[in-house]
Amino acid sequence: MLTKRIIACLDVDGGRVVKGVRFKNLRDTGDPAECATAHARSGADEIVLLDITATSGNRHTLLDVVRATARSLFVPFTVGGGIRQLDDAAAVFDAGADKIAINSAAVRDPTLIGKIAGCFGSQAVVVSIDARKVKGRSANPGHEVFTAGGRVPTGRDAIQWAREAAACGAGEILLTSMDRDGTQAGFDCELVRKVAEAVPIPVIASGGAGSALDFIQVFGEGCADAALAASIFHFGIESVAQLKHELHNASVPVRWPC
Amino acid sequence: MIAIVDYGAGNLNSVKKAFDYLGADVVVTDQSQTVMAAHKLVLPGVGHFSSLRALDQAGLREPLLQAAFAGKPFLGICLGMQWLFDGSEECNEVAGAGIFRGECRQFPSSVKSPHVGWNSLTLQKGSRLLRGIAQDSFVYYTHSFHAPVVAATSAASEYGLQFTGAVEQSNIFGVQFHPEKSGDVGLAILKNFCEV
Repeated sequence: MLTKRIIACLDVDGGRVVKGVRFKNLRDTGDPAECATAHARSGADEIVLLDITATSGNRHTLLDVVRATARSLFVPFTVGGGIRQLDDAAAVFDAGADKIAINSAAVRDPTLIGKIAGCFGSQAVVVSIDARKVKGRSANPGHEVFTAGGRVPTGRDAIQWAREAAACGAGEILLTSMDRDGTQAGFDCELVRKVAEAVPIPVIASGGAGSALDFIQVFGEGCADAALAASIFHFGIESVAQLKHELHNASVPVRWPC
Repeated sequence: MIAIVDYGAGNLNSVKKAFDYLGADVVVTDQSQTVMAAHKLVLPGVGHFSSLRALDQAGLREPLLQAAFAGKPFLGICLGMQWLFDGSEECNEVAGAGIFRGECRQFPSSVKSPHVGWNSLTLQKGSRLLRGIAQDSFVYYTHSFHAPVVAATSAASEYGLQFTGAVEQSNIFGVQFHPEKSGDVGLAILKNFCEV
C-alpha cells in the first residue's frame, strides 16, 4: 500500500538551518547535514532543503551544503531556493539533489518547468507554491500566489497556477499556506484539498503542522499525499518517529516501522 | 568492478553514491569497452522510455545483452528494469531487451500518476537480491508506467493494481523502485547485489 509521506524541511540561511514564523523572525537550529541525517534516522520519508535567502552570492555555500547533506542521505532529497534557470537546477542535481523545487522562477517563466523536466524527468521537478487567503467579503475569495519568499503578490489564483504547473510537467506540488507557516495552528486543509482535487499529481501540504492530529486531518479531509513540517521537528516538540507512531496507531498508512 | 551505464537519462549521482557508501568498486561509464570489461552491470534511468533509444545510439545494447547472457550480474533500476521487458506503451518504437515477457503500461485512471512514495513489497518467491528483506518492507517509487507481474517477479507492490516491484532470473535482476533512495532496506538490496 502506498503510504502517506512525512517530509522534514530544513530552511537554510547562509549554510545553517533556521526557522521563522510566518516567514519572519529566524532562529538558528543547526547544521543541515546533521539535521537531515537525524530526521532520516527518525523515519522522515524525504528531506527538503530550502535556501530561503537565496542570492547569487551564496550559491557556492548552498552547493557545498547540498553536497555535504547528500553524502550520507539515502532517502529522497529535494533542494529549492534561487533556482532561476536550467543551469542552476543542473548544478543542484550535480551536487546530489534528487529533485529541485522551483517557485518564483516558474511563475515568471512556466516553460522552465518543462525544460528541467525534459532533462531530468518530471519526477525531479517540484513546483512550490506559497499561497495566502485573499481577504475579502465574497463567500469564496480564494488564495493568492506569492513569490520571492512570500514578499511579492502575483495576483494569481493558487488552484489555477497548480493546474498550469502540472500541465507544464511538474511532478509534484509543494503547497505552503503562508497564513499557517510556522504557527503550528494546523494545515490549511481546505486549500490543500482544493489543490489536490484539481491536479493529477501528488500534493505536499506545508505550513501549520503542530501536532499529530494536524497530520491526520490533512491526510484525511485535506487529501494530501504528503505533508511537510519544519518547526515541529526542529525544536524537539515531536520527532518524526513519535509522529509516525501516532499516525500508525490512528490507522494512517505510513512507513512504520521503517 | 561494477559499471553503472550512463546513457544520458537523468541523474546517476545517487546510485553511484550508494555503491560508494557500501565500499563497492564502481564506475559510471558510457563506453562499450568498459561495459564489456565490467564484472557486474547496473542500468539505471528515470524518465521517458524513449530515452532508452540512447542505448542503441551509443552502441550499448549489444554489449549489455552479451554481458547479461554471459552470466554477469545485471541490475536494472526503474526505467532500466522496464528495459528488461519487451517494451512499453510509453514508446512503442523503442524495443526492450525482451528478457522478461510483457509490456509496461500506464496505471489505471483510478489512481494518481505518477506513483510517488513509499510502498510495501509483497515477496513472491525466494530471491538472491532480496535476501534478508522482510515481507512488507517499504521502498521508494517514482514512475508512471509499470511492468506486469510475471513468473520471474520476486516482489510485487499494489497501486490500483499489482505490478512488478522486483524481478529476478538467474543473474538478471530488476527493481522498479529506487534502492538508492530506500533507506536501509535499499542499501541492503544493493549490498546483496554486490555480493551476488
